[in-house]
Amino acid sequence: MMRSLFLRCLRPLAAPVLAAVMAAAFVLAGLMAAAPAARADAAGDALALFASKSYDDIEKGIADLAASGHPQAIDILSALGDRRLHVAGDAIVFEDAAGTWHDALTGAALDGEPAGAKAVRANNRIRRAVDAALGQLTLMSADAGKRYDAALSVFKSRDQASLPLVRSALETEQDGKVKRALQQALAALTLYGDADETAKLEAIDVIADMGNQDALATLVGVPEPTPAMAEAISSAQDAIESSLAIWSGVQSVYYGISLGSVLLLAAIGLAITFGVMGVINMAHGEMVMIGAYTTFMVQEVIRNSAPFLFDYSLAIALPLAFLVAGAVGVAIERGIIRFLYGRPLETLLATFGLSLVLQQAVRTIFGPTNREVGNPSWMSGAFDLGGLTLTYNRMWIIVFAFVVLAILMVVLRRTAFGLQMRAVTQNRRMAGSMGIRTNWVDSLTFGLGSGVAGIAGVALSQIDNVSPNLGQGYIIDSFMVVVFGGVGNLWGTLVGALTLGITNKLLEPVAGAVLGKIIVLVALVLFIQRKPRGLFPQKGRAVER
Amino acid sequence: MLIGDISPKPILYVDGVTVTFDGFRALNDLSLVIAPGEMRAIIGPNGAGKTTMMDVITGKTRPDVGTVAFNGDVDLTKMDEAAIAQLGIGRKFQKPTVFESHTVRDNLQLALAGLRKPFAVLFARETAKEKERIDELLVLTKLTEAVDRMAGDLSHGQKQWLEIGMLMAQEPALLLVDEPVAGMTDAETEETAELLVEINKTHSVVVVEHDMTFVKALGVKVTVLHEGSVLAEGPLDQVQANERVIEVYLGR
Amino acid sequence: MITKRIFGNDRLTLWFLGILFGVLALVAVLNLATTPDSAFHVPTYAVALMGKYLCYAILALSIDLVWGYVGILSLGHGAFFALGGYAMGMYLMRQIGPRGVYGDPILPDFMVFLNWKELPWYWLGFDNFFFAMFMVALVPALLAFVFGYLAFRSRVTGVYLSIITQAMTYALLLAFFRNDMGFGGNNGLTDFKDLLGFNLQTDGMRVTLFVSSGILLAACYLLCRWITLSRFGKVLIAIRDAESRTRFMGYRVEGYKVAAFTLSGIMAGLAGALYVPQVGIINPGEFAPQNSIEAVVWVAVGGRGTLVGAAIGAIVVNLGKTLFTGWLPDLWLFALGGLFVFVTLLMPKGILGTVPQLLEMARNRRAQNAVAEKAPDAPPSADAPKGAGE
Repeated sequence: MMRSLFLRCLRPLAAPVLAAVMAAAFVLAGLMAAAPAARADAAGDALALFASKSYDDIEKGIADLAASGHPQAIDILSALGDRRLHVAGDAIVFEDAAGTWHDALTGAALDGEPAGAKAVRANNRIRRAVDAALGQLTLMSADAGKRYDAALSVFKSRDQASLPLVRSALETEQDGKVKRALQQALAALTLYGDADETAKLEAIDVIADMGNQDALATLVGVPEPTPAMAEAISSAQDAIESSLAIWSGVQSVYYGISLGSVLLLAAIGLAITFGVMGVINMAHGEMVMIGAYTTFMVQEVIRNSAPFLFDYSLAIALPLAFLVAGAVGVAIERGIIRFLYGRPLETLLATFGLSLVLQQAVRTIFGPTNREVGNPSWMSGAFDLGGLTLTYNRMWIIVFAFVVLAILMVVLRRTAFGLQMRAVTQNRRMAGSMGIRTNWVDSLTFGLGSGVAGIAGVALSQIDNVSPNLGQGYIIDSFMVVVFGGVGNLWGTLVGALTLGITNKLLEPVAGAVLGKIIVLVALVLFIQRKPRGLFPQKGRAVER
Repeated sequence: MLIGDISPKPILYVDGVTVTFDGFRALNDLSLVIAPGEMRAIIGPNGAGKTTMMDVITGKTRPDVGTVAFNGDVDLTKMDEAAIAQLGIGRKFQKPTVFESHTVRDNLQLALAGLRKPFAVLFARETAKEKERIDELLVLTKLTEAVDRMAGDLSHGQKQWLEIGMLMAQEPALLLVDEPVAGMTDAETEETAELLVEINKTHSVVVVEHDMTFVKALGVKVTVLHEGSVLAEGPLDQVQANERVIEVYLGR
Repeated sequence: MITKRIFGNDRLTLWFLGILFGVLALVAVLNLATTPDSAFHVPTYAVALMGKYLCYAILALSIDLVWGYVGILSLGHGAFFALGGYAMGMYLMRQIGPRGVYGDPILPDFMVFLNWKELPWYWLGFDNFFFAMFMVALVPALLAFVFGYLAFRSRVTGVYLSIITQAMTYALLLAFFRNDMGFGGNNGLTDFKDLLGFNLQTDGMRVTLFVSSGILLAACYLLCRWITLSRFGKVLIAIRDAESRTRFMGYRVEGYKVAAFTLSGIMAGLAGALYVPQVGIINPGEFAPQNSIEAVVWVAVGGRGTLVGAAIGAIVVNLGKTLFTGWLPDLWLFALGGLFVFVTLLMPKGILGTVPQLLEMARNRRAQNAVAEKAPDAPPSADAPKGAGE
């Protein structure tokens, strides 16, 4: 967490290469603190051996370097295997895969190829030594992540030569996750090696427990299975396939909830302006867009003057986006909408015109292309849950959508403003005669809806392109959600958004993304015709306004 | 037509009608019988279900359970507004609703009983008989002078009269009138009562009204609604003496 | 009120049709009978452009019929326009025959490109002009009828209806973008060669299409005028102004709405069919919801509920668009957006509703002044314009 925070802050300032080097230095510093200083000397001695003309010396150098714990030992050894390791005078240098030259001892980047660099000799014996050392280094690496990756690659390559290494790695492995991966790699090696039937049957069990696509591929390809093995494989295959089907269903539902939360965010402001006030704001999508551009602006300022704040950029953008979009909303209400109350169709047209103006204004100011809004570190990356890979940005957006919904519910139900708002929408004249300033409540309600759209824009900037057309993509969907859920009902909006999101994602694997969306739209149009007032309609005389 | 038909069948028969909105019972086991040629006044406090009752009779709202029958055996619960209107039930809204961007003549023309199907209407030409009937109605509603004016340009009172004229043009057997004297002066109220009594000579009428003086002026049987069902029924003085009615009206 | 006043004197119809036919004749003559270097020559591209405006005017008329007279604000009329256009485009595609890039005598180029082996069933018959013209009317009519029947029967009204019409055209937009729909996907249908055997690129054909658009506009105008002045039209206006009153009077409102909506869809489809050969392409972009909303604004600008106004609005706004995008392309959306706001806020009756009103006010003031000079205490005119009647 700390390290990547550091990286995040640097990223806007430095070229990626520089960042990588700094990261390496950082890692190095960390390791230096932990490891005895002697190690550095050991590495230096080992590297010196590479300048020798004798293959024996070089082979010893390989073993010593692997044992030295030099943080870039892997890079250096791979360079040796590919003849990218050079001797330049007294120094040992290497060219990394990207073509940058480094000093082997310190890892520091060099300005191009040093004069007189000569490749370190390598024959097949040396290459074997390099491979063995590399396998060992990775399986024995100090970094659990590297060990895990190495175990996975053994699992996939099923290279019998790694068998002893895997065995010895298993004996010392402490990390549970890596240990499991090693056991699985061992099982794969056993299955594809010449072990007896009992061992192979056990191996099948181990692999079957993995329950993923890789396990399936491994089991399917087992050479010359005995009848007992074939039976075990086929039942394992069935089990894996059904578990995969379940997980893919779960995954679709998760994606559906994720899409639903996006729809919810986009629609929730509309649920206030349209649902509570009955105002058709076709410029609602543009309020979302304004929120997204506010985020962009905040990040620009942070990048230029306070990069260490980058991880807080969204937290800073949220209130600003609310205020900016809310202020624009109040201005729209005061300038246009209040003259059109009771004329919904005219409101629709005027606000549509306004959406064109806002889009063009943003296009003129920020240009027509996408602007980059970065993900703070806590928004990037992914984690595994069962058979699912969940990205942090989607997960936080789901959480965020629900938080926004909850806050709005509290505002509407528990605050004086919410009470006044409901009073005005239910009986304007009565509310007015009780001393509520109805004009003021109208403006603020509209501002609230617009402000919520603005904070939706902050969230959507994390997963969508920030362009002048951002809002357009959401407007029809948002109206659909509100109308589907039932006007004037936040719960309806929630259920509507989730239903639409999940239905969409469940249809996608079957019908494809576009056709799935068309089906949902057509179904919605038909649904609205059957239940014109949505899932959770308001009933009674209040409806007949 | 049905008018003047001395039939033992009730013109309107409402039995056990319940309507709920979101769990709220707007009508609760409501029963009501109107005899042919009868005028009935319906009174009740706000929210007693008067408007919902009108909605159910005219097909705007479907009852959850219960029977609504017209002229003895015509089931109204299965019909839409248009069909019920064509059967001969006219409804006057509380707020006068006329077609503001049509002339007075066109308003009456459209209301005249007769063609209702789109194609027939597309090719319709005004017949001499229709013209005669419109002229009669113009006289009745004192709008002859205003015949070519836009209905939207009429005064409030003229709009009320025009709407009544339009209702008469439909030749309904049963007229439902919602709060006809709301916002009227005493003199206008009296005049309207007279008009309704006049209309009642040829039509059955159900009047929903708050105004007790007006109901008294009508001098007809009164039904008191409360919380969606009938609380009391009978002549006005008898109803007014009813203890439960007093309780509901005066509150507790 | 305004509608009535305008139709009360039919000089407007005479003026409209007179100017329309005058322009048709003049443009035809100036294009065909003059040489390109003549000062009076109307270039062919201008003829095509004006033909396009006329098609838009028909679309505006179709929208006005349902919005201005029945109060149905459709934000999806572009769909009917585009469907008519696609039907015509399919005919034109099949007219290309073996002259396409791949030279397939039957399959259009894009199908060859997609490796299709035979024509999909719904393309059959489109090589016949009369069948194609029948489809130009039938396909939009069917969509309008089914959609209208479902929507109006379940009494979807007002903004709800507007939103689902928008969703309808949006769904069609997505659908026509798909290659496997068989309508050319993203690129749509284009590279047309000829119509009824005549080369589309000739001046004569261009003028013919332009004049046909004008004649269709006149025909649609007269049809709409006849309908709106009939008793049927009066019922439509009654529905617009007081729907439930109309119901309680015994009119089955759904039927009237579906009839008007279907007719309107057909008109939009015909407009699209004449549009496509004049612009030379039809692609899914025509289904974009924004196009439909823009068309609604033409009507609003010209004067909702006035047929001449709808046509004038379409022509004026599109002329403005052509000029504007030529001079200041970046400002066009500001201008268009501003127009939406301006018209709804300040000119709710549009050009044709506002101009006569202003004229009348001026006339009244002049009359008043004249009276005032004679008798200073004269009461103000009783004819002062009334509000929008909301």
